[in-house]
Amino acid sequence: MDVTTLLLLLLVGAIATFFAGDKLASKVALVFSLGALGLSLYLLNLLNQGTNIGFTGSWIANPKVALAFKADGLSMAMVLLTTALTPLIIFSSFGNSFTNAKNFYALVLFMSFAMTGTFLAADGLLYYIFWELALIPIYFIALIWGNGDAEERKKAVVKFFIYTLGGSLFMLIAFAYLYSKAGSFLLEDLYKLDLKANEECWIFLAFFLAYAIKIPIIPFHTWQAKVYQKAPTVGTMLLSGIMLKMGLYSVIRWQLPIAPSAAKTYMPVLIGLSIAGVIYGSIVALRQKDLKKLLAYSSLAHVGLIAAGCYTLTLDGLSGAVSQMIAHGFVIVGLFFAAEVIFRRYETRTIADLGGIRSQTPKFTSMFMILVLASVALPGTFNFVGEFTVLYSLSQVNIWFAVLGGTTIILGAYYMLKMFQDVMLGETNSKVFADVTTNEAITFVVIIAFLLFFGLYPKPIVDLVTPSLNEILEVINK
Amino acid sequence: MQVLITIVSLGVFCLLAEIFNLRKLLVPVTVIGLLAILGISLNLWAIDPSMDEKYASMIAVDSFSNAFSSLFIILTIFLVALSGDFYKENQTKISDFIAIKVFLLSGAVAMVSFANLSMFFLGIEVLSIALYVLAASRRLDVKSNEAGMKYFLMGSFASGIILFGICLIYGATGYFDLAAIKDLSSGAGLPIWFPIGITLMIIGMLFKIAAAPFHFWAPDVYEGSPAMTTATMSTLAKVVAMAALYKILSSMTSSLTPTFEMVIVVVSILSMTIGNIMALRQDNVKRMLAFSGISHAGFMLMAILSLSTAASTLLYYTAAYALAGIASFAVIIYITRNKDNEATANFNGLGKTNPLLAAVLTASLLSMAGIPIFSGFFAKFMLFTDTIKSGYLFLVIIGVINSIISVGYYFKLILAMYTKEAAEEKQAVPFVYYFVAVVSILLNILIGIHPSLVTNLLN
Repeated sequence: MDVTTLLLLLLVGAIATFFAGDKLASKVALVFSLGALGLSLYLLNLLNQGTNIGFTGSWIANPKVALAFKADGLSMAMVLLTTALTPLIIFSSFGNSFTNAKNFYALVLFMSFAMTGTFLAADGLLYYIFWELALIPIYFIALIWGNGDAEERKKAVVKFFIYTLGGSLFMLIAFAYLYSKAGSFLLEDLYKLDLKANEECWIFLAFFLAYAIKIPIIPFHTWQAKVYQKAPTVGTMLLSGIMLKMGLYSVIRWQLPIAPSAAKTYMPVLIGLSIAGVIYGSIVALRQKDLKKLLAYSSLAHVGLIAAGCYTLTLDGLSGAVSQMIAHGFVIVGLFFAAEVIFRRYETRTIADLGGIRSQTPKFTSMFMILVLASVALPGTFNFVGEFTVLYSLSQVNIWFAVLGGTTIILGAYYMLKMFQDVMLGETNSKVFADVTTNEAITFVVIIAFLLFFGLYPKPIVDLVTPSLNEILEVINK
Repeated sequence: MQVLITIVSLGVFCLLAEIFNLRKLLVPVTVIGLLAILGISLNLWAIDPSMDEKYASMIAVDSFSNAFSSLFIILTIFLVALSGDFYKENQTKISDFIAIKVFLLSGAVAMVSFANLSMFFLGIEVLSIALYVLAASRRLDVKSNEAGMKYFLMGSFASGIILFGICLIYGATGYFDLAAIKDLSSGAGLPIWFPIGITLMIIGMLFKIAAAPFHFWAPDVYEGSPAMTTATMSTLAKVVAMAALYKILSSMTSSLTPTFEMVIVVVSILSMTIGNIMALRQDNVKRMLAFSGISHAGFMLMAILSLSTAASTLLYYTAAYALAGIASFAVIIYITRNKDNEATANFNGLGKTNPLLAAVLTASLLSMAGIPIFSGFFAKFMLFTDTIKSGYLFLVIIGVINSIISVGYYFKLILAMYTKEAAEEKQAVPFVYYFVAVVSILLNILIGIHPSLVTNLLN
């Protein structure tokens, strides 16, 4: 049993969903995604027992491309994030009805397949293919099932597509160049490469372009807010919960170890840019009138901090970044779901039109409140573990980075609580707000339980990723 | 040689079918005949891959010619299969049109298996004349007449230049025979008109593949010709000319001079950039594909920079490009068959009215744009790796920028299909369109998932 089974399961799931027909599609998709979650937990168990669940096979003879999957703690953590969020996201959409549901859910599963592949691939070209494959489903999901004015949505989605594709094509050149040096795309061969300083610098920049657009880091973020706003909630969840983690994961797995000396040279600039994103995202979030856009900018601020953690090149920074990736994945899915729950009842996301919901639905209010607090990294939630570790690592590099990065918590608390106040509190709204359904409650409870459990006991996740992060750090510091 | 002979006999049979009143059977019989010829062509391989068969040193069959001939035969099968429905209203002339397509194929095969420059010229003329006739085949339509005339004038001009080049090469070496010319060219002391002759031949070929700055005929001719002919020109004719250009260069010179490589680099950059930027502004799908074809010609020219090793890359690129082209044209021909123009608006709402055809067209456009897992991605990727190995990193960067631009116009069509409302109801689609579209896109994806299928043929 190895990770290819997991990938096959997801791919078969996508095909089966397509053939299941519109009525059954969502249920079939849910079954397959739950199956994938179970399988990845089983694989994790195998990994912990020391079994090799990676896979290497030959694929293309010339240029030499291998079908290589590497499953270490870091990959498995990200795979679990994907396979845990996919069923949640699918389940959360049960309250909506989509035209052509079979296509929609098939695309969701296919995207999950591509993202899982990205996290597992250990061959440069294979990785690139999965990376690009993940882009096609989200393009169609956002384009066809999105909301708002069609023309505007089209512009936003095409901009997103061209941005990300453009960035990744430069990564492709970097891979082609590395191949001409190493004669192979295998991760381990690329790690061994001894590049000249200026070569490393160009390769680092080519990778940076791809990842900075995907994450996004300032000034490559301009596609983000519009797409988050226009995409259907499922698409926004996939994008913010999992897809942007692809960029952060790739920084750790590919960019830093392949071009370590460039990473060291540019460290202050990179951390500076990331932290600029934190501050910019927070300030812009303060002024948003649309709930989804506010969450988009808050997401920009949070991933900025994660990226800063990655670029510190310390174990604390990396492990904090990974914890925060997972925590942020869950919390942002929860928050977007809360926005969706409100939208289902009031058909608006404009903050000014909301308010006075609290007294009508105490259950929803308390769950929403916990998510807001988790998002601002209240101690006791998993987000606190992540953000605190990252801030600590930043303070080791330079105390001012930590001070500036720490504003994310202060500003975050400000705009999130202000949003909560405007949306939920105030005089009782004249429109009736039905309390959350069981299905909706289950989604919230699962997310909250996860965040609180690992907030109090983060050891399993930290233990899982630390050995592989140490390996990567060895390559960086060789 | 068997391949060439059987193709010509099949062409003659198509003409005879008219006399014996076998019009109804013509398309299926021709397709079966072509499949048999494909079998012969593949069988030649099985017997002896390195076989070097010669007929008065006119034809040399090697793995290069065999691989490309097989590709051309496959493309012709698709084109002939579509013809049955396309020429439905022209039943009386159908055998002519199909015979011309089969003869066109014989010219194409001659253009990749020649061992003698006179054979090459024969091949290119057979191919070109067939295309002139096909371009003007809608005889009562002014646009088609104009296209045929334009193509004929430009094409015969290019043929003249090629012939002039062949004469100069003969004057310099005293041979038409490729092997003899190659022997002489590696030694010193050839007069100046030998390189001039080669240059003239290449200029002529650049005309035929519509590379900038010799591309001006392409958009008008593509737009004016009947859609079926445009499909033939943009898939079959383009890859034939590209393969022939590669074969001329690789079999007459052992390596290119730096100056010459620089010229190819400039032509490649010009074609990519002009093709892409002009394509952005088009609203007519055929015109858009004409410009996109120009930019693809620019990409394919990169293969010439690594002349000794790039044969398999070129085969892969041409196969990927042509299969995607066939798939997209199967859809385009169906959509525009009863329309008087090919505006993007005709494709509005296709995603709702006919999801399968829309999906095929989307997939083929994604392949042309170079998105994985479609073979267009691997084609570009292999080309880029080869070009980086030959030391032209900046050309690859320009190529990548062009790929990004190309997404702009390919997606215009995809957006029209999925975000606009359809103007008309769903109509019944003849099975053959589905068949050709689906099979060719599946082949495209198959060689995308398993590129070694194609690249191993020439290694």
